[in-house]
Formats: sequence, C-alpha cells, structure tokens
Amino acid sequence: MRTTVAALIRKDLQLERRSFESVPAMLMFSVTVFVLFHFGLDRNALAGDLAAGVLWVTLLLAAVLGMNRLFVAEREQGGFDAFLLAPVDRTAMFVAKAAVLFGFLVAVELVAVPAFVLLLLEPGIGQALPELLAVLLLADAGIAVVGTLVGALGVQTRARDLIIPLIALPLLVPVVIGAAQATAPLLEAGGADALEVRWLGVLALYDAVFGLLAYAVFDYLLEE
Amino acid sequence: MATAATTAPADAPAVALEGVGRAYGERVALRDVSFTLPAGATVAVFGANGAGKTTLLRILAGLLRPHAGVATVLGATFPDEAWRARGRTGLLAHDPLLYRDLTVRENLHFHARLHGVPAARADALVAQVGLAARADDPVRTLSRGMTQRAAICRAVLHEPELLLLDEPLANLDPGGAIAVAPLIGREAGPARVLISHDAEQGLAEADHVLGLRAGRTAIWAPVGAVTLAEVRGLYA
Amino acid sequence: MTFGRGLRPLSIASAVLITGAFALVFFYAPNDADQGFVQKIFYLHVPLAIVALCGFVAGGIYGILYLRSNDRAHDLRSYVAIHISLIFAVGALITGSIWARASWGHWWVWDEPTLVSFLIVFLLYACYQPLRFSIEDPERQARYASVFAIVAGVFVPLNFMAVRLAESLAHPRVLSTTGGAMPGDMRMTFLVSLVGMACLYVTLWKYELAAKSASIQLRSLRRRLAGDEGLAPLQRSAAPQQL
Repeated sequence: MRTTVAALIRKDLQLERRSFESVPAMLMFSVTVFVLFHFGLDRNALAGDLAAGVLWVTLLLAAVLGMNRLFVAEREQGGFDAFLLAPVDRTAMFVAKAAVLFGFLVAVELVAVPAFVLLLLEPGIGQALPELLAVLLLADAGIAVVGTLVGALGVQTRARDLIIPLIALPLLVPVVIGAAQATAPLLEAGGADALEVRWLGVLALYDAVFGLLAYAVFDYLLEE
Repeated sequence: MATAATTAPADAPAVALEGVGRAYGERVALRDVSFTLPAGATVAVFGANGAGKTTLLRILAGLLRPHAGVATVLGATFPDEAWRARGRTGLLAHDPLLYRDLTVRENLHFHARLHGVPAARADALVAQVGLAARADDPVRTLSRGMTQRAAICRAVLHEPELLLLDEPLANLDPGGAIAVAPLIGREAGPARVLISHDAEQGLAEADHVLGLRAGRTAIWAPVGAVTLAEVRGLYA
Repeated sequence: MTFGRGLRPLSIASAVLITGAFALVFFYAPNDADQGFVQKIFYLHVPLAIVALCGFVAGGIYGILYLRSNDRAHDLRSYVAIHISLIFAVGALITGSIWARASWGHWWVWDEPTLVSFLIVFLLYACYQPLRFSIEDPERQARYASVFAIVAGVFVPLNFMAVRLAESLAHPRVLSTTGGAMPGDMRMTFLVSLVGMACLYVTLWKYELAAKSASIQLRSLRRRLAGDEGLAPLQRSAAPQQL
C-alpha cells in the first residue's frame, strides 16, 4: 500500500512539475481574489473576523480549482484503467490524491498567506503564526479529504467543473465555520487574541469523520 | 476452476466463459457468450463495430462486471475473485494508458512500480522495441506508431499470463511489427485474445476463432474449421 | 416487487393525523405569550424539518444498502427518499422564513441555526438530481448517487452541530429551551403534528415507489413483448429506470 501511494504521489508531482496546471493557477487566483476583495469591500486593511472570512473564502475557492483538476489526467488519459488493472489496494488512490491535494494547498498557502498579510491585513501576523499554522493544516486536511472525494465523484460527469464546486462547497461549510472562527481572534487589530481551541476540535472532528467515510466509500467510485 | 494458489495449474484454461452477458442500460452488448481458451492458445475475435468485442475484452480484463453468466479468467471467477487475476493479464486497447506529459521512461517506471516489477525491466523493454532514443521524450511528442510501441511495453511489463490485444499492430510500421512480435506474438507464450479487423492476419495468428454479431456468438471453432469467407460474412 | 403494500391504511392514517393535528393546532394548543398566533407555524415548520432530515439520513442508509447488495430497488428507495425530503426541506425553509418574518420582522435570520443549516443542506441536496442526470450509465449513476447520499447523510448532523456552535443563541428556540418542559398541550399538539408529518412522508414515499416501480415493470414487459428493438430507447433520466 505504501509503495503504491508513493508511486501515485510521485507520478502526480511529476505531472504537476511538467505541466504546472494546478498550483500556479490556484496561487494567481488567490491573489487576484484578494485584489477583488479590496475593491469590492473598498477597504485597504482588514482585521479580525472580516480578515478571517476573506482569507478562508479565498482559499476555499482556490481549492476548488485544484479539485477540478485533480482527476482530469486519470479520466482523460486512461489513468483509472491503468490503476484498476494493477494488483494494488484501490484505496491507495484516495490516500495519494488526498495527499497531493493537501500538498498543493500547503504550497499555495505558503505564498498566498504572506500575500494576504501584505496586501490586506492590518495587524502583523507575528506571534500568532504557530496557531495559524495549526488552523491551516487542520482545515487543509478537511478540504483535501472532501475535495478528493467530490473530485472523483464529479470527474465522470458531464458538467464536471460546475458540479464539483456545487457539491464540495456546502460540504465544506463546517470547515469554513471552524477555520474562520478559529482564525478571527488571531487577526485582531489590537494584536492576536487567544485561539479558541474548540474550533480546532470541530475541524479535527470533521477531518476524522470525513476521512474515515471517504476512505470507506472511495473504492465504489472506481469500479465500472 | 477454483484453485487456492494464485496461479492456475498448467492445464487449466486461461479463459472460460459461460453464458456471459453485459448490458449498458437497456442496450445489450453481449448475450450468452461461451467459450474456453486453453493456456498458451490464441483466439482471434472478429465482429463488426458494436458487436461487443471491446466489451468482451474489458470483461476479461476485469474492468467490467458481467451481468449474466460466469467468467473465469486464469482460474479466478469474476467478479467475486477478480482480484486474483489482477496483475496477471495485460491489456492493450485503443487507449495507450500513458500520461501524455510524462516521458516514456517515467510512464513505464510508474507502471513498473504499480506492478511491483523492477525498473530495469522497463528499460530493457524500451530498448527491445526500439524506443531507446525517444525514451526521455514526453509521450505527446511521439508518433502514433511509437506510442503504440510504448503501450505494448506497458502491457507486457509485468509478464502477464493472458494478453488481451485490440488491434495491436495498428499504426505500427513493419519494423515495429517485427520488434514487438516476441512480446505479443504467438512466440511470446501467454494465452492471447486478439481482436483484429484484418481477417487474414487474424486467422494466421490464431488457434481458435470467435466471431461476434450483435453481441451473440456467431462463430466459435478451431481455426482450421473456419473459412475466410465466413469471417468476412460477419461484417456484411 | 410490490412497493405499494399498506398504502391504503397509511394514507388514511396520514389524512387522519394531519387533520387531527390541524384541529389541535387551531383549537387546542395555547397561543404563545410573546409571539402570538403566528407561533403556531412552529407545528408545521419543525415537523417538516425533522422529517426531512430523517428522510435524508434514510436516503443515505439505502445508499449503503445498495452499495453492499447491488439491488437497484435500494437505489430507487434512496432516490425517492431524497427527492421527497428535498420537497419537505423547501417547505421547512419557507415556513421557517414566514415564522421569522412574523416573529422578528425579517424574511431571513442568520441567528436561527436550524434555518441556516437547512439552507446549506438544501443547497447540497439540490445537486443530487443534476449529479444523477449527468451520468448516463445506469449502474454508475446508481453507485455515484449512493456515495453522494451516504456522504451527504453523514454531513447533515455534522453540519447542524457546526452551525449551532457558530451562531449566537440570540433567539429562543422552542424545542431546546422548553425541551422536556414543553407544556402538556403544546407537547401533545407537537407530537401529533410530528407523527402526522412522518406518516405523510412515508405515504408519499411509498406512493412514488409504487408508481415508479410499476412503470419500470410495465416497460420491461413491453420490451419482452415487442423485442429489444421494438420500443423507443429510454430517455436520459435522473431517476432509476431499471430494477
């Protein structure tokens, strides 16, 4: 199982490096949306829950771009068949794809979050950084799990780019709630407040429940 | 033909189909198809477009589940024991199953890892089919003939016991056809299910002939008992 | 396969219970102290919401049953359950909105977690039929729909918890504040409404199942008589068309 997951991840990273389809697009999209928010809200600087909301909605929408692309190569270039013919545990594809999406999200955030701080955030991010990292990682895990599941669900349909966000975004509302509520005190204008741990708990619970669920049902999406 | 070991005993047939059927919604693609293919033998499958050949191949590969009847491939009854035959059949269909943005070598190494085969074997195959010079070019830059050679490497990489070939020599120049013969030709060894639109060539390669018309078996006989005219009649 | 068993007694029971519930609401249940007569829409809104939620979860359970057995009858049950629940959910949204308008002056309030959760759940399940419709192969359609039904079914309670945590409890919600301490006559009316709504749901569910399965069987009989090519091919559909 581990070698299969490693082989799949390696293949996806090779493809991404070769074609640069996902990460740059997600990144440019995030920065563009920050600019849009600046004009849309007519604000030079945001703080507190407004900042948290803008950050998380933007990251979520960027994630949708990644979800849309996640299984396209498999679908269009026979990757599903090749995988189904191999003597491997089929759940490896779920694990590998979720790991790849998670990796993409982290890569995007490495640039998008500093960009956000630079462009729109009023206070510095300073000492709240470790807590912010925790929120980012937990939320990314949830987005990766649900995104992989919905990506696979949608890739075989005709209006794939529409149906994936329409299903994924409502499913990710608890993640937005948890992440935004957790991040808001960290971005307060007067300096970061304490992080409310219960929101981390909400995120962790969501990750666990959907992680297990996706792990259990994913195989059914691969059969013909 | 249930066995406890993962490989079937030498005298067990490679493929045994009994009354196999498959429908897509209401459209019946295969109906009551039965035949037995001994180990190491070749069956040539003929039929017009839409006769059910691709469906048959995909069922044998384990990608489609039969809706009726029993399909036993390499000793494993589909669909319940399909996992036992996985990795022991090699499929070569219209889709090369290669990622266009990756190089030939990267693609084959990926498949090698999936099948637990050493990468050196992939490299050896690439050289054998004459692709060594282009092995590090992305697949999308290759001509159709070269892509076909790469796809053949992919299909035989894991030394399958059963080859499922859909027009394997399409797009290949005579040099290519000669180069791949030891891999997918009669002398390669494994049992073969060969779809071909070239009646003469198909008959020359086969031990048995299966002719499909509208999803049903129109011809099932040893190759000696079938005339060229009968095969051509399937396409009428 | 008979889906219509018990349809007549169920229909009668539903009719009786619903009429009874209405009677109780209008003549028996007390007027709420601060919200007045309009509060009585609660007897419609909350049962609609509860039954819709149970219906969604039931759809998920039938999804699990289908995946395990490949019996298309389960897929049909799942489809109809979600279909009817969606209608009930819209009803819950509309009645909730009316209640909000009448009590607090706005057509929509973000402070009411039930209403907000329902909006999200509605947005999610509104994708169910488009998803089904966009997949042509019936087996795959049933399988993907089942996966969706299961994931969405698990999501519904999680979503409620998350939204409830997030929204301030600015407005008293009758169920939670009075809970077991609901005055006797209110509780009785509520229970009758709830049971009546549940009966109505099951009746509608069975009705639609019977109708659909009858037309599926009719078509398969026709096919047997006319031969494979004798009938016009099936149109694409979100609903299961074969059993």
